[in-house]
Amino acid sequence: MSMIHVTTTINGVAQEYLCEADETLLDVLRDRLGMTGSKEGCGTGDCGACSVTVDDRLVCSCLMLGAEAEGRKVETIEGMAEGETLHPLQRKFIEHAALQCGICTPGILVAAKSLLEHNPNPTEEEARYWLAGNLCRCTGYDKIIRAVMAAAEEMREAS
Amino acid sequence: MALDAKMDGKLDFKVVGTRVNRPDGIDKVTGRARFGADMTAPGMLVGKVLRSPHAHAKIKSIDTSAAEALEGVLAVVTRADFPEVELDEGTWDVLDNCMAGEKALYDGHAVAAVAAASESVAKKALKLIKVDYEPLPHVIAVDDAMKADAPALHDGRQVENVPEGMGANVVARYEFGHGDIEAGLGKADKVLERTYKTEATHQGYIEPHACLAQVGSDGQADLWCCTQGQYMVRDTCAAIMGLSQSRLKVTASEIGGGFGGKTTVFIEPVALALSKKSGRPVKMVMSRSEVLRATGPTASSSIDIRLGMTEDGQITAGFAELRYQGGAYPGSPVEFGSMSAFAPYDLENVKTVGWDVVANRPKQAAYRAPGAPMAAFAVESAIDELAKGLGLDPLEVRLKNAAREGTKAAYGVTYPAIGLEATLRTAKDHPHWTAPLGENQGRGVACGFWFNFGGNTCVTLNVTPDGTVNVIEGNPDIGGSRASMSMMAAEELGVPYERVRTVIADTASLGLNDVTDGSRVTFAVGLATIEAARAAKREMCKRAAMVWGIDEEAVVWEDGAARPSGPNAGKHDPMTLADIAAIASNTGGPIAGHSEINAEGAGVSFATHMVDTEVDPESGAVKILRYTVFQDAGKAVHPDYVEGQFQGGAVQGIGWALNEAYIYGEDGVLQNPGFLDYRVPVASDLPMIDTVILEIPNPGHPYGVRGVGETSIVPPLAAIANSVSAAAGVRMTSLPMSPPKVLKAIQTG
Repeated sequence: MSMIHVTTTINGVAQEYLCEADETLLDVLRDRLGMTGSKEGCGTGDCGACSVTVDDRLVCSCLMLGAEAEGRKVETIEGMAEGETLHPLQRKFIEHAALQCGICTPGILVAAKSLLEHNPNPTEEEARYWLAGNLCRCTGYDKIIRAVMAAAEEMREAS
Repeated sequence: MALDAKMDGKLDFKVVGTRVNRPDGIDKVTGRARFGADMTAPGMLVGKVLRSPHAHAKIKSIDTSAAEALEGVLAVVTRADFPEVELDEGTWDVLDNCMAGEKALYDGHAVAAVAAASESVAKKALKLIKVDYEPLPHVIAVDDAMKADAPALHDGRQVENVPEGMGANVVARYEFGHGDIEAGLGKADKVLERTYKTEATHQGYIEPHACLAQVGSDGQADLWCCTQGQYMVRDTCAAIMGLSQSRLKVTASEIGGGFGGKTTVFIEPVALALSKKSGRPVKMVMSRSEVLRATGPTASSSIDIRLGMTEDGQITAGFAELRYQGGAYPGSPVEFGSMSAFAPYDLENVKTVGWDVVANRPKQAAYRAPGAPMAAFAVESAIDELAKGLGLDPLEVRLKNAAREGTKAAYGVTYPAIGLEATLRTAKDHPHWTAPLGENQGRGVACGFWFNFGGNTCVTLNVTPDGTVNVIEGNPDIGGSRASMSMMAAEELGVPYERVRTVIADTASLGLNDVTDGSRVTFAVGLATIEAARAAKREMCKRAAMVWGIDEEAVVWEDGAARPSGPNAGKHDPMTLADIAAIASNTGGPIAGHSEINAEGAGVSFATHMVDTEVDPESGAVKILRYTVFQDAGKAVHPDYVEGQFQGGAVQGIGWALNEAYIYGEDGVLQNPGFLDYRVPVASDLPMIDTVILEIPNPGHPYGVRGVGETSIVPPLAAIANSVSAAAGVRMTSLPMSPPKVLKAIQTG
């Protein structure tokens, strides 16, 4: 099978890869680039565990082809912390015990970061609706929402 | 310093009860944590399973030749590729479920598997396998499956106490209770008879099953997988593959949710068979559709209740007949359902009869308090309806009949100190109970019970030369248990939490550990951790005694250091853990503590849930407005994660009550094998879930710890049904309470 050559930017780093025409961006990230932080919970865009941003837009990487990343700017969970410094959302998730098993956590963090970039001062309801595409089966969302609201507050105060 | 496995009245906790950061937190918020599908091996192949499109069919033949001939395919296996070994009935069922033999028993049953160089080649190969099926009549619903003329799944699987003449799919009968039901009902002022139904729901863990298997030609094998119990995987796979247990090393990955669904194997033996045949490592990852079609949901149920009550709310008799279908093999959780149904109540006359039924559905797996939520749905709904019919307060009625210390439970035990009454009294005094309700709104309460398990447990605690500590345990951390173990070790040793790191051992590195189930880990592994820490302390006291040249009985361990004690000990400066560790080589060698136990005394658990709902009379849609969980934790080791268990269980219960169900077509094929149509609760469906942690110490644990993970899913089905029934003005007796069902109930009254 002939492969497609893709040039893109992932977490600020120029990246080239070859992928098959029907290969998803999620498979490229996980299987070709070894970036397994994005998870596959469903493969049909229903669970949000594979959430990444492409040109600052929140997408399910299982619904996008690897070839479609040509010339785009992709951000994944692996790019969220700066070196050893966690993003405020990451820190608040730990402090608020907003994860139990942690499989949904990367996708929820990417989605929550996207929320706060679009809306730095969300209401609880706005946070709940923004994150409605990210399934968590462990927590009942309570501590996740609290962590997102706390991070939003801290980020507003810092800016 | 012998271990006192009894509650020792310790109250001055320094670490236990605080809200420390979990040790795996950074790995999990940065994407570094390695889950089942995140492992690779050099030369790895991709394994894929071919599944039956029929609900019930004889497999006449399987032709794999075209698939084997495809470029890039290195192995194809069917049932014929598994060794002919003697297996006990339960393990045979697991094998038959992993790879069908003579018959496919449900839509999605595995019939063949391939290992190929890539995913795309593996998918092509599956299409080249030709299976000649002879479709057979099928049966899905539990009441249909019990009929004498229903299509039979198996021959000869009925246990002896199933009466003659019952259909072949009725495979076991259970009975519990005491007293005289008819006499008790005769004393009642009002008797309620009702039938309640629940649908099968799936645990819905977000991480699909995944594994990576490597089998060497020397008979040594390694398996990496997401599981609730690596020892269970080892023992089951070793039996199926004819390996000795010591030759198969199983390593548990980080686990992306389980809720009971990862207490058995589905793809692991297949991956081993493919690896053995191909001579290469084989990785298998299920799709979501495969998870829903072919891994274990819980049982669906049909339950008859007869309940008698006096005018002042005394329950005079309780009877339940429970029918659970657990999929294609024996083993539905109806025994637990029958044991737990009336467990919260002190009843003179109580009886439950349970029927275990097979049907053409995936083999059920444990789901959080397996069997108990459906039974509680029936009993707690009936109590609510009777209480309201008599004009009584449903919380007062429960308090009046509540089990207490000394109550003989319907399932036979006599309770030690328990927390049910405390949860009810706290609920009654909580502002939620008296908050005003609006139009189309209702409030419901219900109680729940879970047994809690102990079981086989090993812990090794190593004191490192630099004076820090490793705890080695053998139970996958499914919700923060590494933090809890580190906390208990730190508490016992008197060292800061940050100096303890807990890791999960593979099967070759520690003795047998039972599966992470039954809410056993914080209790049983905690008990073993404390015991291992006490053993290490004894050794460190011995070393200090050696240094000081005094009798080891004259040394005590206090505040993280060995100290001389007693009239003849003399004056010596305390030796800290770090001091003793630094000179361990000169005083007898490395210091470690061990504990190998079969833990008993888990301590039963009770909860009361309170929920407000609003029903839209136009559409039948239900909105959860407010939810409060009151549960006894014994002692909350890490309150954040205790609250998390309460909240998570409540929300899984909300899904079960309102949305979730396995939906089958006339053809016996699952209609909703995806998260779009099998809809679990999302953030926008829910309010915050309030929690009240009560601490009635478990007499069987040094710190009073009880398991907390499962009880929280037991009350929600009934609490929500009671709330919706109040809001809609009509009694709901069938789950899920989906909008069409609620609307129909409102319209027909």
